[in-house]
Amino acid sequence: MSAPPAGRRPWDGISFAERMATVDFRVGARAHISVDADVCRSCTTKACVSACPANLFAPTSDGGILFNYEECFECGTCYMVCNSEGALTWTYPDGGHGVVFHHG
Amino acid sequence: MPESLEFDAVVVGAGPAGSSAALALARAGRSVVLVERGPFPGSKNVYGGVVYGRVLDDIVPRWWEEVPVERWVVRRSTMMMTGSQSLSIDYRTDAWGAAPYNGMTTKRSLFDAWLAGKATEAGARLVTSTVATGAVRDGSGRVVGVRTDRDGAELRAPVVIACDGVNSFLAKEAGLLPRAEASHHTLGVKEVLDLPPGAINERFAVQDHEGVDIEILGCTRDVPGGGFLYTNATSVSIGVVLSLPALAATGVRPEELVADLKAHPSVAPLLRGSTLREYAAHLIPEGGYDTMPPLAADGLLIAGDAGAMTLAAGIWLEGVNFAIGSGYAAGRAADRALAAHDCSAEGLASYRADLEGQFVLADHKRLRKAPALVLSERVQQRYPGLICDLVEGMFTVTNPTPKAGGLRMTRRAAAQHGVSLRQLAGDTLRGLRIFG
Repeated sequence: MSAPPAGRRPWDGISFAERMATVDFRVGARAHISVDADVCRSCTTKACVSACPANLFAPTSDGGILFNYEECFECGTCYMVCNSEGALTWTYPDGGHGVVFHHG
Repeated sequence: MPESLEFDAVVVGAGPAGSSAALALARAGRSVVLVERGPFPGSKNVYGGVVYGRVLDDIVPRWWEEVPVERWVVRRSTMMMTGSQSLSIDYRTDAWGAAPYNGMTTKRSLFDAWLAGKATEAGARLVTSTVATGAVRDGSGRVVGVRTDRDGAELRAPVVIACDGVNSFLAKEAGLLPRAEASHHTLGVKEVLDLPPGAINERFAVQDHEGVDIEILGCTRDVPGGGFLYTNATSVSIGVVLSLPALAATGVRPEELVADLKAHPSVAPLLRGSTLREYAAHLIPEGGYDTMPPLAADGLLIAGDAGAMTLAAGIWLEGVNFAIGSGYAAGRAADRALAAHDCSAEGLASYRADLEGQFVLADHKRLRKAPALVLSERVQQRYPGLICDLVEGMFTVTNPTPKAGGLRMTRRAAAQHGVSLRQLAGDTLRGLRIFG
C-alpha cells in the first residue's frame, strides 16, 4: 500500500515529541547505550537513524552519530540493524530504570 | 566480596515464561528467586493482541475468574488491504464469550504482575528493579548462578532459567543465540488509543466485555510485515510488525506506517475521536523453529522469547501462551533435574522432550516454513492487491457486459499483479503443505 496524501491523515497533528511524552521513562544516571562516533563516521547506511522507533540517533555534521539514551524503548532494533562491529555498546539500563510500559 | 545467596533455581525475567517457571518450581517445593529488571513485572513488555487461555487451564484452574482481562475476544478478523481497498474474513462466536474462554485482550503490566503473583503466592521470591548482568560459571564452564547489578550480588543455584526476553543476553553470552541476527526479528510498534467503551461496542459490533482482534496484511508498504488492531475495555491498540532488515533498508520511519494504517479508509472511522494514551515498541523473535537456540546447556534452560518461542505463522500469531507453556515446562524439568542431582545439559534434556510432545514445539515444527512464506515478496507485495482486485471484479456489476468466469477473473487479476498462474498454484500448494 502506498502512502496516502499527508492532508488525509488526521493524526499527522501529533508531533513526535507529543508521541514520546505519552511514555513513562524513569531515566537512570548511566547511559546504557553508547556509540563510537569514529566507527559510525565510516558507516554509509546509518540504518539506526531511521529504524529506531524512538528516533534517538541523530547524524552529526562531521558524519558521526549522536545518541540520546533517555527515551529509549530498550527494544534492540539499533544493534540488530547496525552493520558496523563495535559501533554500538548495548546494555540494559540499571534495575528499575528506563522505559515503563503501562498499557503494553 | 559481593554478597552471594543460594537457591535451588534462579529464574531471570518475570514475564509469562519466567513467572510460569518460578511457579512450577515453587509448587514442587523448590527455593526459587525470580529476578526482574523492571520496577514491576510486565513493565518492559508489549504484545500484539490476544492471550490464549487453554495453556492456563492446568496451571491456574478457573483462571478466568481472577485474571486481569480487558475484553474476551469473540471476533477474530483477517484483513487484506491496499491503499484504497480491503477484504475482511470475520468470524464471531458466542462460544468464545463464555467460560472457559478462548482468548482475551489484557494489559501486560496487569497480566504479567498477576502471573508473577501466582509464583510468589506459591513461595517464589520476586526481586524487581534488578538486572541479571551475566552468568556465574564454575571451573568447568557450567552455569551456577547470575551476577546482578545490586552491588554485584550473586544469586547461585544449580540451575538458571533464562526467560530474559527477545534480546536474551544470557543466551547470547552462552553462545546459544547469535549476537544480532536482524533477519530473525521483527519490530512491533503500537499505539494505545483511548476511546469510550460505548463507541468501541458500536464500531466493533460487540457487547460490553466482548472484544475483537484484527490481523492485517498489506499495510506496510515495501516492508514485509503486517498490522493489528484489537479492543481493550476503554481503548483500542493498533500497530504494525516490520521485518527488521527491510525496515533498515527502506529507511521508512516505523510510526509513519502506523499513521498509514490509522488513515486507511477501512480503519480511520473505527478510530475517530480517539486520543493517544501510550506509544510502545518491542522486538519480536519471528524466525520460528529453525532459528531457535539449543534450549539447554549445563546449568541453563531457555524459555519464552529468549528461546524464540513466538509463533508468527500468518493466520496464527501467538506468543504469551508459548511463553507460559515453555516456562512451566522448564520449571518442571529443572525440578526433575534437581531431584536427580544432575543439572547438566543431559540432566535437563527432558525439557525439550516435554516441549516436543506438546503444542510448544509441535506447532513450531509443523509451521516451521510459515514465517518465510508469510514474509515472502508475493504474499506481502502482490497477493493483497491481487485478491482485493479479484473480489472487486466479482462484486462489481458490469451490466450490460456479462459476468466473467472465476478463472478468467483470476487470470486477469494475477496478470495485473505480475503473478503467473503457475506461481499462484505453487504458493497455494506450499500454503496447503504448511498449514494443511
